[in-house]
Amino acid sequence: MSTVIVGSGQAGLQVAATLRQNGYDGRIVLIGDEPSLPYQRPPLSKKYLLGAVDEAELLLRPATYYAENAIELRTGESVVSIDRRGATATTSSCESIDWENLVIATGARPRTLGIPGEDLTGVFTLRLLTDAAVIAERLPSVTDVVIVGGGFVGLELASGFLDLGFRTTLLSGSHRLMDRAVSPEVSTHFATHYVDRRLDLHLGARVTEFLGEDGRVMGIRTADGRIFDGQFVVVGAGVVPNVELAAEAGLDVDNGIVVDSSLRTSDDRIFAIGDCARFPSIHAGMPWRLESVQNATDQANHVAAEILSGTRREYADLPWFWSDQKNLKLQIAGLAANPHRTAVLGDPHTNKFSVAVFRDDRLVAVESVNKPADYQAARRVLGRKMILSYDRVTAPGFELTSAKE
Amino acid sequence: MAKITFHQPDGSLDVVEPPPGTSIMRAALGHPVKGIIGECGGNLMCATCHVFVREEFVDGLPPISEDEEDMLECTSEPRDERRSRLTCKILADVDFDLVEVDIPRTQTF
Repeated sequence: MSTVIVGSGQAGLQVAATLRQNGYDGRIVLIGDEPSLPYQRPPLSKKYLLGAVDEAELLLRPATYYAENAIELRTGESVVSIDRRGATATTSSCESIDWENLVIATGARPRTLGIPGEDLTGVFTLRLLTDAAVIAERLPSVTDVVIVGGGFVGLELASGFLDLGFRTTLLSGSHRLMDRAVSPEVSTHFATHYVDRRLDLHLGARVTEFLGEDGRVMGIRTADGRIFDGQFVVVGAGVVPNVELAAEAGLDVDNGIVVDSSLRTSDDRIFAIGDCARFPSIHAGMPWRLESVQNATDQANHVAAEILSGTRREYADLPWFWSDQKNLKLQIAGLAANPHRTAVLGDPHTNKFSVAVFRDDRLVAVESVNKPADYQAARRVLGRKMILSYDRVTAPGFELTSAKE
Repeated sequence: MAKITFHQPDGSLDVVEPPPGTSIMRAALGHPVKGIIGECGGNLMCATCHVFVREEFVDGLPPISEDEEDMLECTSEPRDERRSRLTCKILADVDFDLVEVDIPRTQTF
């Protein structure tokens, strides 16, 4: 019996950990191309850049864990090809490893903008610990920062850079912040908050070119012809899934490695999970790809259970997300795909409120700002598939925390 | 060295002696101890590191913060007003030398 896991991020590590913890006695090989032991990515854009945590504190498991649990961890190595007929995987050090079950958890990489000047010195992206280390090393000499992108990563960076006292500019191509993830009400609240914190925020500012001198970035041009000064630029423009290995092995890919409701690829013995996988989401009502810790962990646990039991079950765990931005603790339960209506619960002026999101007159997501109790209640309500209508949620006296079936 | 005793719902025990400064949650993950998930990595964002602290150790722990209080309001296994804690912010040697906790049957919904 053997399971080979390609990718040692949150998803890959969790498959190994759960398999072993639940009595899997076969060989487990966990292969990751980064030099470090498996670590948490969320703090990279937050505490790590502020110097509040170091590399050791980021580790998902202590260094001794792997040998103690008979998990063969290969760091700094990648899988270069998968032979499905022979059921082997070949690594970058030319080792051929047999597998009975293969799990692809190759993650995603920063999306490039495909515009001139992207490779100039001084233009950074943030995904890996090594990316964060390079940025952190430069910070002592920085006074002004330009962030390109108004999603979670861009805003978390902005929050940290403002805390460090930098003059911070954020250029968002979209007309509202975090537009892929939250309702307009939450976007507006965050924009107001950041302008109050003296973020130089420009919405609808699509970057078309990085301007340089002697190979170094000096400025940024936007589609409306404006030019912003900038010698230290961080781009957070989303990610693209790492599907190449799967595609070369002949597996179906389409904005992610395509898997069925049990998270199996077009080859039954091969699973794909985490940021790289596109799965039929019962919460979105359509095929979806999720980039989150919850998705990585829960899909990993699901696959470990499938491998251990040899059964085929539908993956249906409730998605949830968080983003910690100093005075704004954003927590989201559920998936607000194609919403048709929203309702604000509480008063945004108090900086503590939630937005309930409905699809087909059914509560499908709750976005909480500094209201952890609403978020926790939403996880319970949505996790237990309770049906709550718009009228019920907006009725006087209704509290998510006391909602009953 | 600090010592944590985890009592599983089936009555079995896990005893962990973590390095100073290690949270109960991280000590559990590294051992590993079944039933502690710590999905958010220790940010008071998920409440999957919930435990019931044994009575004689409750008063020795640091007070519950506002964020922890909010997250505890709606745990998967119902909260015990006195004994429920999230373990990701409770640190060995800093907050306790000796502690015993009961692991709940569920951490997720």
